[in-house]
Amino acid sequence: MKYCGLLWAGLMRKKVRTTLTLLSIVLAFVLFGVLRSVADAFNAGVEIAGVERLIVTDKYSIINMMPFGYVRRIEQIPGVTRVAHATWFGGTYIDTKNFFPKFPLDAQRYLDLYPEFVLSDEQRKAFTENRQGAVAGRELADRFGWKIGDRIPIQADIWPMQDGSIAWEFDLVGIYTNSTASGPANEFWFNYDYFDEARAFAKGQVGWFIVQLADPAQAQQVAKAIDAQFANSDSETKTSTERDFALMFAKQVGDIGLIMTGILGAVFFTIILLTGNTMAQAIRERIPELAVLKTLGFTNTSLLGLVLAESVVLTLLGALLGLALSVLLVGMLSGALQAVVPGVSISWLNLAGGVGLALLLGIGVGLFPALTAMRLNIVDALRV
Amino acid sequence: MFNTLRQIASISGMNLRSIPQRLGPSSVIVVGIAGVVAVLVALLAMAQGFEKTLAGAGRADRAIVMRDGSNTELSSGVTVEQVNVISNAPGVRKANGRPLASPELYLVADVPKRATGLTANLPLRGVTAQAFDLRDDLTIVQGRRFEPGRRELIAGQAAASQFENLSVGSQLRFRDSEWRVVGIFASGGDANESEVWTDLAVVQATFKRQGAVSSVRVQLDHSDSLQKFKDALTADPRLTARAQRETDYYAEQSAGLATLITGFGYAVTFIMAIGAVFAALNTMYAAVSGRSVEIATLRALGFGSGPVVCSVLIEALCLALLGGVIGGGLAYLVFNGYTVSTLNSASFSQVSFNFIVSPALLGQGLLWACIIGFFGGLFPALRAARLPITVVLRGL
Repeated sequence: MKYCGLLWAGLMRKKVRTTLTLLSIVLAFVLFGVLRSVADAFNAGVEIAGVERLIVTDKYSIINMMPFGYVRRIEQIPGVTRVAHATWFGGTYIDTKNFFPKFPLDAQRYLDLYPEFVLSDEQRKAFTENRQGAVAGRELADRFGWKIGDRIPIQADIWPMQDGSIAWEFDLVGIYTNSTASGPANEFWFNYDYFDEARAFAKGQVGWFIVQLADPAQAQQVAKAIDAQFANSDSETKTSTERDFALMFAKQVGDIGLIMTGILGAVFFTIILLTGNTMAQAIRERIPELAVLKTLGFTNTSLLGLVLAESVVLTLLGALLGLALSVLLVGMLSGALQAVVPGVSISWLNLAGGVGLALLLGIGVGLFPALTAMRLNIVDALRV
Repeated sequence: MFNTLRQIASISGMNLRSIPQRLGPSSVIVVGIAGVVAVLVALLAMAQGFEKTLAGAGRADRAIVMRDGSNTELSSGVTVEQVNVISNAPGVRKANGRPLASPELYLVADVPKRATGLTANLPLRGVTAQAFDLRDDLTIVQGRRFEPGRRELIAGQAAASQFENLSVGSQLRFRDSEWRVVGIFASGGDANESEVWTDLAVVQATFKRQGAVSSVRVQLDHSDSLQKFKDALTADPRLTARAQRETDYYAEQSAGLATLITGFGYAVTFIMAIGAVFAALNTMYAAVSGRSVEIATLRALGFGSGPVVCSVLIEALCLALLGGVIGGGLAYLVFNGYTVSTLNSASFSQVSFNFIVSPALLGQGLLWACIIGFFGGLFPALRAARLPITVVLRGL
């Protein structure tokens, strides 16, 4: 504590330089925060997905549909406890920019399989009772300012109605939330029964099945059993764990996410390197002053601690400010990026990682000059 | 006036010649700015390459017709009867009495990608002979065209290099059948090269899409006749179709990802540029304070404050330009022509494209470098000009 004044004096020795250095560190960590959250968003599905669920799609492409009747047949397979289904609706809400996933599904089955999606009993009941009812995720409702009772028009792109019309309309009867901390709640659900009756073609066909396992350890066997069940039929299946399924999509985006994060990583380290260089130089300039301190009776270790503390304080302060700013920035960005990479948010893990990095950086930058200061020969240093 | 210029030249010359003695601090500016420029150029080159690849597949005198409401071929459906109506609409060019119109069925199939070994969405296009008449820039570079009625494929060059099993002679399994790759085609590096093409009737049968296609492409008899063609389609009660100029269609397809990358690129560059300005300021302030005696001496000898300001600015700008050239050069060497492939969410399929580091981009990079150098040099330059001569010299 008694060194605080000295520490402060060291930092304030050249105010402009300290401020500029601090601001550079702030920027580096703003970049770090944004970069990590975007990188995470690219892999988001992989992180969120659980292993205890399986996804069954058509063997040759997810765009091909499978018979609705598979629900019952998959249910009979040993090791399977529950089965739900969903279909890709596509469609446009007012403008193509307002993209969000829209699924016709069986609410009862779907909600049983995804316990993390929370919908009140009352709204659940309203959803099953209103044929044209729909349920939206909290994020979605907030984004468009929807309230329960609103009528939501969706223009179809894949699914015209029987009369050739493409103007679907739904009544918002519920809003669900996601009980996991960072999990998304941005889907739009409506009743499969209504969808199947109203659509012009492919009746009785659904997009994919979600399977709950009695024992996650049996995932591979059950997946094999499901695929074997439908082998050599008109609609063969490909069953994978939710994680592998998400990974496949993440890998499809692949290179781009990798390049973006790679470039930014390089940049972060460049900024850090430059700043570190400036900081180290600033300490080197003060070697005669440090010699004076030594003459006054400061021990080697306290000098080492003093120099290290100064650089650590600077990097830590910069990192904290930078990370705080990046939280704000990511908050603003996530709305704009919703359509392309949904769920951009900054996790506590990344924030902690940033602070750890700042600590390492402070020590790394300060260590060499600090060691020099510690080993200083007073006479030589003062002669300069 | 001439005197001022001479003063600027002599001080600047002196400053620049002394840079080797201050290599460490000076390199901070150079490296910082090189980083900014390299990232800006690389990210914009990626966005530009993607846009160019998609734009290359479209022509202003061709139109694509899809079901009204559908923005992509994958979500669209057009019946065979509608294809006939569309083909015979006014505004479509005729060759040998037949309209130049190509009905095409667009699907995606899961095929393992070389880079990851995991399956990815390979676009599969079922076409008739008309497709080749319409796209006259498409050439077979290896093997031959598929024969109608047989399970044969031709693969675009880009698709063949990104996916496994797409070389001439290899077999591919879709649905219940084996398909053979019989040729590789090129079409000027555009988005078509990321696709695999085969006979329309065979795809329809295999994938149970008889009687339907995704889109119809037509050759307009003139690029101005789009409106006439469009009006005819709208007026026809048998159709619920919408025609779009091919160039507009492809611009829409690339807009999402290109805007994302460009926006991201500028945002990151802006943040980094501010960082680089700080680094430059630090260095130039240090340079000025290290040279305060020199500067005061020059002023005492009769050099004006204007030339001193200019000389500091010139030094900063020279270092910045050097950084810009290094950064731009680095981006050019590493990324120009670099091929990547990604899932374009607009078409729900893999598109591979090359980074394009164009001269305009490099120019833009240098402009950023100069702006950073200018702001990084300005304030230290002003401080240099305001140094109190007597105080500094007394310090000796």
